[in-house]
Amino acid sequence: MNNLETRPPESSAAATPEDLTRHDPTEPPQHEVPLNLYEKRKGVFPQKIDGKFRRFKWLVMLITLGIYYITPWLRWDRGPYAPDQAVLIDLAHRRFYMFGIEIWPHEFYFVAGLLIMAGIGLFVVTSAVGRAWCGYSCPQTVWTDLFQHVDRLIDGDRNAQIRLAKAPLSPSKFFRRTFKYAIYLFIGFWTGGAWIMYFADAPTLVRDFWSGEAAPTAYITVAVLTLTTVGLGGFMREQVCIYMCPWPRIQSAMLDEKSLLVTYKDWRGEKRGSVKKAAKNPETYGDCIDCHQCVAVCPTGIDIREGPQVGCITCALCIDACDRVMAEVGRPRGLIDYATLEDCEREAAGEEPRPVWKTLLHPRTIAYFSIWAAIGLGLLFALGNRDHTDISVAQDRNPPYVMLSDGSVRNAYTVKLRNMESRPRDMRIALEGLPQGVMWTDAMGREDAASTLIQRMPADATQAFRVYVVQPADVAKDEFTFTVTSLDKQAETDSNEARFNAPE
Amino acid sequence: MMANKRIDKPTGTETVGHEWDGIEELNTPLPRWWLWTFYACIVFAIGYTIAYPAWPMVNSATKGMLGWTSHEQLAKEMAKADESKGAIRAALAKIPIERLPEDSELMRAAVAGGRAAFKVNCVQCHGAGAAGSKGYPNLNDDDWLWGGDLKAITYTLEHGVRQPDGEDTRFSMMPAFGADGILTSAQVSQVADHVLSLSGKAKDNAAGAQIFADNCAVCHGPNGKGMREFGAPNLTDPIWLYGGSREDVIATVTNSRYGVMPAWKDRLDPVTIKMLAAYVHSLGGGEDFVEVAEDPATEVDEQS
Repeated sequence: MNNLETRPPESSAAATPEDLTRHDPTEPPQHEVPLNLYEKRKGVFPQKIDGKFRRFKWLVMLITLGIYYITPWLRWDRGPYAPDQAVLIDLAHRRFYMFGIEIWPHEFYFVAGLLIMAGIGLFVVTSAVGRAWCGYSCPQTVWTDLFQHVDRLIDGDRNAQIRLAKAPLSPSKFFRRTFKYAIYLFIGFWTGGAWIMYFADAPTLVRDFWSGEAAPTAYITVAVLTLTTVGLGGFMREQVCIYMCPWPRIQSAMLDEKSLLVTYKDWRGEKRGSVKKAAKNPETYGDCIDCHQCVAVCPTGIDIREGPQVGCITCALCIDACDRVMAEVGRPRGLIDYATLEDCEREAAGEEPRPVWKTLLHPRTIAYFSIWAAIGLGLLFALGNRDHTDISVAQDRNPPYVMLSDGSVRNAYTVKLRNMESRPRDMRIALEGLPQGVMWTDAMGREDAASTLIQRMPADATQAFRVYVVQPADVAKDEFTFTVTSLDKQAETDSNEARFNAPE
Repeated sequence: MMANKRIDKPTGTETVGHEWDGIEELNTPLPRWWLWTFYACIVFAIGYTIAYPAWPMVNSATKGMLGWTSHEQLAKEMAKADESKGAIRAALAKIPIERLPEDSELMRAAVAGGRAAFKVNCVQCHGAGAAGSKGYPNLNDDDWLWGGDLKAITYTLEHGVRQPDGEDTRFSMMPAFGADGILTSAQVSQVADHVLSLSGKAKDNAAGAQIFADNCAVCHGPNGKGMREFGAPNLTDPIWLYGGSREDVIATVTNSRYGVMPAWKDRLDPVTIKMLAAYVHSLGGGEDFVEVAEDPATEVDEQS
């Protein structure tokens, strides 16, 4: 108890009756609402809007959903030994097909590389055009947009939706809600249904699915994805973007004064006031007429005029809304616009806005793009140079060698050949660096032993077989190489170091 | 002390009322979802201990209402595993062992099954890699005492070698030439030199050759090539079951050697024995079964 001196006087351990209430006269009374860290969800009912960004969003939605739903149905001829689905993740056979590319499990680094590219691609996009991914092509955004259209279709526009949300449950509201949720489920079901098509032959799977013959995994996957789609897109919506998704946080760290943001130009808009007030006092009031259209159309329910914030996915619908209002009141467009903070300052100071390419091309975008392109080129190079023939050798360790009755020494190996072509191929295995050695497999006899073997490899397969290598009695331990050569016009080769054990 | 509860202004949370050197603790209750999960776990645990064996009693634990036991579960899983092998075992039971190589699929299955059975029954003497040791033959090489085709291996497995009281067991007995006074120790040395000379490890000597012809050739053959009927090893090759040094050979001639292998037909089922034979045959030294080639017609008749 040597810290008596440092103890603040009011927290004396000897509590007196006066302490029980502990009122600091300078503090406000305790029954005042304390600071609450929990933000209760406010309903978001975005209003219908049309404009160039809205039309662009339609286009992006059409393209992304089109890619998602159509891709599994594209066909790609790979000959009789491989599936003809253009994009197929064949988990059962451990193959990943993407048009002309076939990836084996040991080449998973290509997939890892693609994921890294996707990550750095997001960096490129963010440093150049801000949160364009969030605003236009993120699945959460696209599906939320889809569900919000359904809301408007069934419940009407913003005001009708608000009224309905406040109304007590009536038969008509019950019917509307049931109908709407049925559509939600339908969308969710088709989302999950399309997903499983990537993992099996789509036409076969559809037939099996509806006849009840598909694997339980297929039904479970569809059920889970139906629920997550409806849950995330139908109900959680902007909550996912604001609270669940890590990407907005990462992006906030990557944004700077050179990043393109949806920005309210406060130097132009403030002080807000109606057209009438502005007409009376043109000096006091700015261009913003405080009509709240930007708030009404926002799919995440924020007010962009409060400045850049994590809730803004830069979908630019408020730009459409504001541009339309500005046109109506006869003021120049772009009160809310894509702009960098740097340019905002410049414009506020009365300078000319910079051309768009200058905004996009700055050192950071160029650096990210170079990294992204370098990885892409590296992957392409690796893809072009990869071999479709592979050999790997594992030596028997117990026993390390076997003495035969004629005094010769035999070693045994498990040789694995890999034929990555979608056709059967003959392959020649040879012993290099073992001039006296001959070999045979367990499928043949020692009488057929030779220094090279020819093995018929099935299409798209790995096969292991036992190989015996024998050398005369007087040999010592030695290193040598198994080589394989494909006997076709590709004449691919691969080799694997091995060791020949012999008695000391 | 407990009466010291107050509302902490910045967070709006009540304190627990304790204070240690000016440090107070906020009374933040557990999240409700956590609490309900906890209660649900308690309810689940009570149900679990009723349904499954749980409470320790004097002699054993409570049985549980579902009557589940881990023994039973193991038995079921083992039965299921056996069932899945049923087709292969039935096919193996039907096929004569010497015809097994014709069905490469079945052969592969038999070798795999044999590898597992070998690890349980045979590694104690023959070693994990079947390489044997002094007195225990190496099964990887092409030197066989009693024959290395599938049928001969199966016979050895079924009836064993020098199995005491084994009626059909492989049997032979080399006399203890030195210990029983058949040969003098000088003669033993001479014949040992002759034996070693057969594989070029020593100089030939006429006396030794004569002793060999008189005493050893009956079983080992005039050239020392051995005879499989007696399990008499080939003395001309570099493979020595009991060591190939001069001392080793002298010891063998003096005291004789005979290893024993149990008969497995009473311990293992015929299918497992076939699998073991297939595995041993597959180790690299297996010989072809010649009789089949000599009279294929009879075999085909037997099969049908």
